[in-house]
Amino acid sequence: MTPGATRDEDSVVTTDQHRTPTDGVEFEDEQEAVDAAPGGLGRRHFVGYVVAGSTLAVAADLTTGAMPADAATPAAGSGTPIPSAPQIAEAYDLEDLQTQAALPTSQLITIEVDKDGVAHFALPRMEVGQGITTSTAMIIAEELDLPLSKVQVSLAPARPELLFNQLTGGSNTTVSTYTPVRVAAALAKKRLLDAAAILLGGQVALLKSKEGIISLPGGGSVTYGEAAAKAASPSTEKVDVTLKKPSEHKVIGTPRNRVDALDAVTGKKQFSMDLAVKDALPTMICRPPTVNGKPKSIKNRAAVLAMPGVTHVATLPTGVAVRARTFGQCIDAVRALQVVWNRGTVEGMDDEAVLKQLRAAQLPLAVPKVPILAKTVEASFEFMFRSGAALEPNCAVADYKDGKITVWAGLKSPLVAQANIADALGIPQTNVTVNVITGGGSFGHKLFSDGAIEAARAAKAFGKPVKLMWHRCDEPRQGRSHPMSTSRIRATVLGNSILTFEQRHTGVSTDFRHGLGERLTNLAADLPTGLGNLGFSESIFLLTQELGYNMGVVTQLLTETKNQEQFPTSSVRNIYSPDVRTASELMMGKLAEALKMDPVEFRLRFLKEERTKAVLRKVAEVANWGKTMPKGTAQGVAIHKEYKGATATIVELDCRPETVNRKIRDAVTGPRVMRATIVVDAGLVINPRGLEAQMMGGVSDGIAQALTSSSHLRNGSFLEGSWDNFFYTRQWNAPLDFQCVVMKSDSEQPGGAGEAGVASSMAATAAAYWKATGTMPTRFPILHDQTPDAFEVKPFSPPIPESPTDGLQYTY
Amino acid sequence: MPKHTFKLNGETVTVDVEDDVRVLWVLRDILGVTGPKYGCGINVCKACTSHINGKAFNPCSVQVKDLKETDEVTTIEGLPDTVGKELHPMQQAWLDRDVAQCGYCQPGQIMAAVALVKKVKAEGRAITNADLDSIRNVCRCGTYSRIREAIKQGSTKM
Ligand code: FES
Ligand code: FES
Repeated sequence: MTPGATRDEDSVVTTDQHRTPTDGVEFEDEQEAVDAAPGGLGRRHFVGYVVAGSTLAVAADLTTGAMPADAATPAAGSGTPIPSAPQIAEAYDLEDLQTQAALPTSQLITIEVDKDGVAHFALPRMEVGQGITTSTAMIIAEELDLPLSKVQVSLAPARPELLFNQLTGGSNTTVSTYTPVRVAAALAKKRLLDAAAILLGGQVALLKSKEGIISLPGGGSVTYGEAAAKAASPSTEKVDVTLKKPSEHKVIGTPRNRVDALDAVTGKKQFSMDLAVKDALPTMICRPPTVNGKPKSIKNRAAVLAMPGVTHVATLPTGVAVRARTFGQCIDAVRALQVVWNRGTVEGMDDEAVLKQLRAAQLPLAVPKVPILAKTVEASFEFMFRSGAALEPNCAVADYKDGKITVWAGLKSPLVAQANIADALGIPQTNVTVNVITGGGSFGHKLFSDGAIEAARAAKAFGKPVKLMWHRCDEPRQGRSHPMSTSRIRATVLGNSILTFEQRHTGVSTDFRHGLGERLTNLAADLPTGLGNLGFSESIFLLTQELGYNMGVVTQLLTETKNQEQFPTSSVRNIYSPDVRTASELMMGKLAEALKMDPVEFRLRFLKEERTKAVLRKVAEVANWGKTMPKGTAQGVAIHKEYKGATATIVELDCRPETVNRKIRDAVTGPRVMRATIVVDAGLVINPRGLEAQMMGGVSDGIAQALTSSSHLRNGSFLEGSWDNFFYTRQWNAPLDFQCVVMKSDSEQPGGAGEAGVASSMAATAAAYWKATGTMPTRFPILHDQTPDAFEVKPFSPPIPESPTDGLQYTY
Repeated sequence: MPKHTFKLNGETVTVDVEDDVRVLWVLRDILGVTGPKYGCGINVCKACTSHINGKAFNPCSVQVKDLKETDEVTTIEGLPDTVGKELHPMQQAWLDRDVAQCGYCQPGQIMAAVALVKKVKAEGRAITNADLDSIRNVCRCGTYSRIREAIKQGSTKM
């Protein structure tokens, strides 16, 4: 079977089968349907709805324009590279899965224009810093001809009717909402123009709309606010609408600052713990000393209840909850609690024991028959556990009364949270209201609702509203981690060609029970190439991994140990890609060596796609690839291809002893990335300034994962309990020079941004380390075995450290 | 319960709370001043950075009883008033460089930056890379490069 051709048919058929008369994705005629089929891109005529109401409200189906991309045809290799058949992710990737996921249901999203001419839109996604409220406001401002300041984007509460279409993940927000949001906004403008024509007594064609004002040349003007009431409809109607041509765009593609920037720098931006919910008092949990331990009994409940400020104490499945007047008093109470614990799920285990499990689970490498003279090149890598915690810890506000609960939290999968909370409390899902609050970072953490479920349980147990927050120390110790993994690669080389490239990735199982899994089940039968037969994680792996090189027979496979309940895990920013790509790019380095080629030349020769080659050429030019570097310092290069785009990164790493051994108190210094250059092709870019910010964050993550940040499992517990133990990139390890180039793209499809920068920067940092030191790193982060020497492990019992009192000695 | 009086963002406040409660919780849980954020509670992440008598300090690590009546505590909310403007030049630099991503660390970053620049200026010199490297504030979104640019810009206006 040629996978490309079959998939092409599959995806179109699937989409058509799901089309219903009311879903808003209608084609004007058959010819158009044919034109639009590949991805629905480039199409400008759609159907939207005017919704009955007293002011103008318009709607579009959230699935409008959502179609899987066309299957790619294998690029012809030039010269010695042996073309590889397309991998699954090339033709149909995680983005397609997510956009396709909700096609069968009618799911309206609504824009309202109020009497002040302000457009309101509740985005069914979550803002965690990735800038989607800004980019969505830009898209609306564009079609509506409104200034950005007159567009208000809020976050929608859990909307059960959206089924699986309310998950923020996989960098999919803009990919999936770009068309429906434009359709609704364009329809709003159309209705406003119609109304203005009546108010001004002129023809629509003569009217000009600009910055929220509609004017009739030589005949007066009305504001959007004035036209909105007139444009309101007493009944809901279906209306045809035409979108702007890309060449008419004045907002999309221009650099804009974040819409919430002023609030962020003045302290007005509200996160969950900043909300003033009446009587919601601080609540914290006393957690077990080992991973996933469970409380058995409390020895001193009365004494703790009598402590200053403490109002309630109750046992929850995950620990003992304490409610008090201040969080400080919760901390004191948690430290005072004497709890008897049941054993954890990894009692007695350490890093090496998990690695042993992984090695035992590794799939064999099975090189197909190759000529006897072919040379085998092999490499094997290990990637340690990494906490996925954001700076804002897990937290939620919950208010339970008469069998009903309201929760406020940063949740990327609010529908699953709603269902889980209903389950936990034994109440119907309709009695659970979930408000989505902007989050202080996510990186995969907020896909789950661990804090929200605990808050709901505590609110019910106490019969009082709570503001529940994890202590920082709880995060690396009991919070979700990027699973430990190994990657083995074997390639065969004959002359100037690579005949085979096999990668076997093995990991502790990744918890996907946050909704994406359910989407997959839902779609299993419709998925191309029999993906439905695989487990969730194996499918996600195949949907995200794409080597991107012509190397003959290419296989990349995942195995996960079946220990879902053993470790709290989640997909952390960029899921499998940072590890898989770092391994494969280091292997590219070995292969380039085997072929005696420069790493950039080698990649340009073997890469399949022009877009990836273009970002690589650009980064080599901007970063001055191949320049002379002092001994002990080096450049490293890597590419990555995912999220409908491509990135290439070059870092300059300083591994000289005077740098590596810099002394900073309570810190790990080590090698430093002095300069990082990243070039990204993300398809159609809504906000280049926001995209650059995401790349900057991705590079920061990549550096941390390559060099310093990991968790260490010892005797059933993770050692890390603070930001001075878990060494995420800090200012002293940030690049002194960072540059991001956003490629011009003629694509009409936006790509994903939030995760796209991580993998190539981690891989480039690893490659630079190899070049600078002469040793190819095989265990990540590179300093994993040294970092525990840099801190004193905090006690496990009590589970959280005392609050210091000497702060005034450190003022500056 | 003991009463504690200090100056907060230009006004005198009095709270009824136990002596040992850390100032961060007095601000956030009792006074409802939520600009300073919690990120660790042990003087590591610096998300709570505020000023005491014009110098950076971390209220998560100071007991309320250690504040004197004359002590002036400034949080991000009170920063613009210290220069008698709508925005402090450092906040403006943060806007110009579009620094914030999730924004959770940024009140602390700005308060730390202002104190650092003041200190460096008092020493009669311009801010260096070594000064910027000494900033301990964690930004899990990784906005470090824009923070460096913004501080350099902001320092020229202070
Ligand atoms: S919360 Fe005060 S330094 Fe982290
Ligand atoms: S902006 Fe999110 S932690 Fe700094």
